[in-house]
Amino acid sequence: MQNDTTPAWVYIVIATAGVVAPLLFPAYTNQIAFLWLMVLFALTWDLVGGQMGYNSLGNIFYFGAGMYISAVVQVGMFTDVGTYTSARGGEQLVLGYFDYFYSLGAGVLLAAVGCVIFAVILSRIMFGLRGPYFAIGTLGVALAARELAGTWEWIGGGSGIAMPVYPGLPDEKSLVFYGIFFMLAVVTFVCVRWLYSTRFAQAINAIRDDEAKAEAMGIHTLRHKTVAWSVSAFFLGMSGAVFGNLTGFVEPLEVAFPTVTFGIFMVVMSLLGGKGTLWGPVIGATLFHVIKEVTWTYLLGWQWVALGVLIIVNVVFFQDGIMGWMQSRWPERFGITVDASMSSRGGKRKGGAGA
Amino acid sequence: MKYTMKAGLTALAAGLLALSSAQAMVDGDTIVLGSAISLTGKYSSNGVDTQNGYDFAVKTINDAGGVTVDGKQYKLAVKYYDDESTPARTAQLLERVINQDGVKYILGPYSSATTIAAAPVTEKYQVPMIEAEGASRALFNKGYKYIFAVLSTSEQYLASAIGLAAEIAEKNGKNPSDLKVAMVFENDAFSLDVRAGVVEDMEKYGMKAVIDDKMPADLSDISATLTKVKALKPDVLVISGHNKGAVTAARQIAELQVDVPIIAMTHCEGAKIVEQFGKDAEGYLCPTQWAETLSYTDDTFGSAADFDKNFKAAYPDYQTVPYQTAQAAAAVLVWKDAFERANSFDTDKVRDAIAATDMMTFYGGIKFSEAGNNVAKPMVLRQVQDGQYNVVAPSKWASHPVEWPRSTD
Amino acid sequence: MLDNLNLLSLAPILNVQLLLDGMFVGAIFVLAAYGLALVWGVMNVKNLAQGEYVIMGGYFAWHLSTYGLHPILSIPIIAAVMFGMGWIVYLTIIKWVIGRDLFTSLLATFGIALVVQQALNLAYGPDVRTAESGFEIRSLFGGLVTVADIKLISFGLCILLAACVVLFMKRSRMGQAIRATAQDARAARVMGIDTERVYAFTYALNAAICGAAGVLVSMIWVIQPFYGVPHSIRAFVIVTAAGLGNLPGVIMAGFGLGVAEQYSGFVLGAEFQQATAVGLLVVILVWRQIQMSRYRQVVE
Repeated sequence: MQNDTTPAWVYIVIATAGVVAPLLFPAYTNQIAFLWLMVLFALTWDLVGGQMGYNSLGNIFYFGAGMYISAVVQVGMFTDVGTYTSARGGEQLVLGYFDYFYSLGAGVLLAAVGCVIFAVILSRIMFGLRGPYFAIGTLGVALAARELAGTWEWIGGGSGIAMPVYPGLPDEKSLVFYGIFFMLAVVTFVCVRWLYSTRFAQAINAIRDDEAKAEAMGIHTLRHKTVAWSVSAFFLGMSGAVFGNLTGFVEPLEVAFPTVTFGIFMVVMSLLGGKGTLWGPVIGATLFHVIKEVTWTYLLGWQWVALGVLIIVNVVFFQDGIMGWMQSRWPERFGITVDASMSSRGGKRKGGAGA
Repeated sequence: MKYTMKAGLTALAAGLLALSSAQAMVDGDTIVLGSAISLTGKYSSNGVDTQNGYDFAVKTINDAGGVTVDGKQYKLAVKYYDDESTPARTAQLLERVINQDGVKYILGPYSSATTIAAAPVTEKYQVPMIEAEGASRALFNKGYKYIFAVLSTSEQYLASAIGLAAEIAEKNGKNPSDLKVAMVFENDAFSLDVRAGVVEDMEKYGMKAVIDDKMPADLSDISATLTKVKALKPDVLVISGHNKGAVTAARQIAELQVDVPIIAMTHCEGAKIVEQFGKDAEGYLCPTQWAETLSYTDDTFGSAADFDKNFKAAYPDYQTVPYQTAQAAAAVLVWKDAFERANSFDTDKVRDAIAATDMMTFYGGIKFSEAGNNVAKPMVLRQVQDGQYNVVAPSKWASHPVEWPRSTD
Repeated sequence: MLDNLNLLSLAPILNVQLLLDGMFVGAIFVLAAYGLALVWGVMNVKNLAQGEYVIMGGYFAWHLSTYGLHPILSIPIIAAVMFGMGWIVYLTIIKWVIGRDLFTSLLATFGIALVVQQALNLAYGPDVRTAESGFEIRSLFGGLVTVADIKLISFGLCILLAACVVLFMKRSRMGQAIRATAQDARAARVMGIDTERVYAFTYALNAAICGAAGVLVSMIWVIQPFYGVPHSIRAFVIVTAAGLGNLPGVIMAGFGLGVAEQYSGFVLGAEFQQATAVGLLVVILVWRQIQMSRYRQVVE
């Protein structure tokens, strides 16, 4: 069990910052909302990738699936989806407050449920794959979903779906969606934190460390893996549904299944912060988001080079991430006792892999 | 009492907002326009053409004395962001331009997909956007009030080719309804709109679609589809998929010796098919928003031919000037005209001035409909003849007769 | 869809065109996939930048062709340049990845892919390019089947290159060292093989093979800085299907994928052509997994 030893003031500071930030910097509301989305991405990825050792490259699938489910539900509650998305392009859906939030709620909820169902089905198929095959297989699922969503005319194919228009003023919309993203991130964090304090965390850590042994010890590995991925899918589906509404336009390639951007970012953020820890993904997401926004503004044209270099340096030379580095720098603060005779770190690199 | 107070507060807030933004959007004697444009990603080659058009227009206008508002001369400048060809990023960056940089005059991004994402943002902040590269009709049926497009909408792009095919069929004593059409379109908002226009005109003539394939965004091979074309021998082949679609199609049509009497495709100029494929590109019909041979003129850029000459002098890399560049320049010209007529920097006044635009430019007439699309300018269809783009339709602008059937040697 | 199937049975000669086109592009897929299998098998690095090296080779060929050098003649130059570049990338990055967690190589090479894409974009601009070979196009069966000479030539070059690599692996000292390292790196080190050099050589060789494949791609297809990803996916599909160290398998899978893409484009429509490659990847993985679980049960 990983007991959370974080002092209470950290939570108070973050909660206060989360509430006050959009009021202090109203112009940055959307960017801060995206920060919470990134935190959610990193947390849900780390649950499966960091804590359980199944490095998925296709978690973005749930994000897009949730977005499409909610889009279809929200539009379907008021009009026929097929006609709405047909190439002629129907009128944009204009709703009142009640209808808007009612349908948004239904969409988000069903997106979450739908994604859990997808996760249960995909668990059966994908969790037999190990190591890099799992990563490549999940990447394949995300890429296939993106291609197939583009060919499905009922959901708008390559032209996508326009989401219902927010009934109120723009600033109000920003604040409302900020609130939703903040809440989602907080709920995800609380849920993950609770999970890590239960036996469940020990079970999935055991799977990460040695799956065969875990199974031999009587842990029902497939069930644990399915639950972990479902939790991840649950929150990702909801975030996708909300993101679609914030963007106002759902389209398969760049909005719903941005495999090489958001899909990879979630992995990089977890690694940057330190995977397999509670706070790592949060720190990684924050740092990454800030770096990204800064380079996107000041390194125009070179931002992707900067990102590529960041990934390489992070993965190759700094893989333990910030939390990992802090743990080995100040082990006593993390409740880790070090046996001086055992702590020489020589010979860390393993020999050749051997085929 | 309560209501008057509320109204007063609102007015005060609006006034403060206008005041604070007015300072940001006009910096000293410079009017700052904002744009999120595709400098990287799949639309980047057209994106750069667009940016060059904006820059060239800004420079030309500034050199000619800039914009006169309220008796004072202002220079134009553009603040760019790179949207990486992704609509979500466009929307996000425009929020930044408007919110953080305080820019209240927007130049559109490149491509329909990104403009569709941009329109709700400008609408939301009630900031006018003059765009030159988003032709999808999805932009003009939503009741948007702040978007103005200088170009013709996308369903007009290839519809003229269908009309031309019907005309030729009748001349040869055939019934247009006997014509078979093969359609290959990229699976994105713009190309699907072009397709919708084609389908509509086909229905009008009762033509039959024998192939209706959609290219994925990163596919660089359509030989399987073209093999089908060869087998089914359609009378017309229409293709649209931005620059890469045009290059892929032109190369593989030559390679598979696809022999269709009428081949029409978009983006011939942008894809440089004549430069790259020479005689293999002979006879292609290419719709264009603008051609340097048309007889349009204005005071800033001179005639269409002058624009062509001066732009090439400023950017020697271009052998032909893509229409994307010309319309981008026209969009900047509309801004200048609107500022001068509004004689103010108030966004609402400027917006109304834009809506009332009725001008002739080197790019063609510009007059916006209620929905914001330009209704004063037709699309023209050009054919590649001896390596030259010659206007063949509509007959009012035609400088050469159409060559039919397209010769394959 | 049924119409299209019907068409195939009405005009069976079309099958010839589809098969030929599939084989010609399949041969190029084989090159990139073989490079991947080599790197994966010898040093256990899953190189996601495979497609980017292909596109890079294509751009260099295009660049040299603007100076009047025929793309085919530029193959040796480009292979040499890419070899050098591969060696440098090995020394700066890949060296630190070997022997690490399986996931590290995927992400690190993804980072390389991003940098290469952008570097190409900054250097050559985002335009779609093709290098013209200037060869004739033959038509057979009354024009129903056409074969561009360049495709035939590139097919021949693929075979020649593959044969050279195989001979090299079988006959030369370095080739033997590479195979020994692939079998057991530690034993190879004990026997006095400089595995560090073997790794560097293998990675560089892979880059050279990809570069050569890229030259061929630039002559028969089109290139663009961001077109590497589909090539990487194809290489992974082929290697996953064939398994490591199985050259005949890689060749068969490569041709199979090329042909499968052509048929799905013909029968289902171009919109499914790309999805086919990705779909096959997932199907193959699942199929392998079922096989594995059978195997496990037998063992148990």
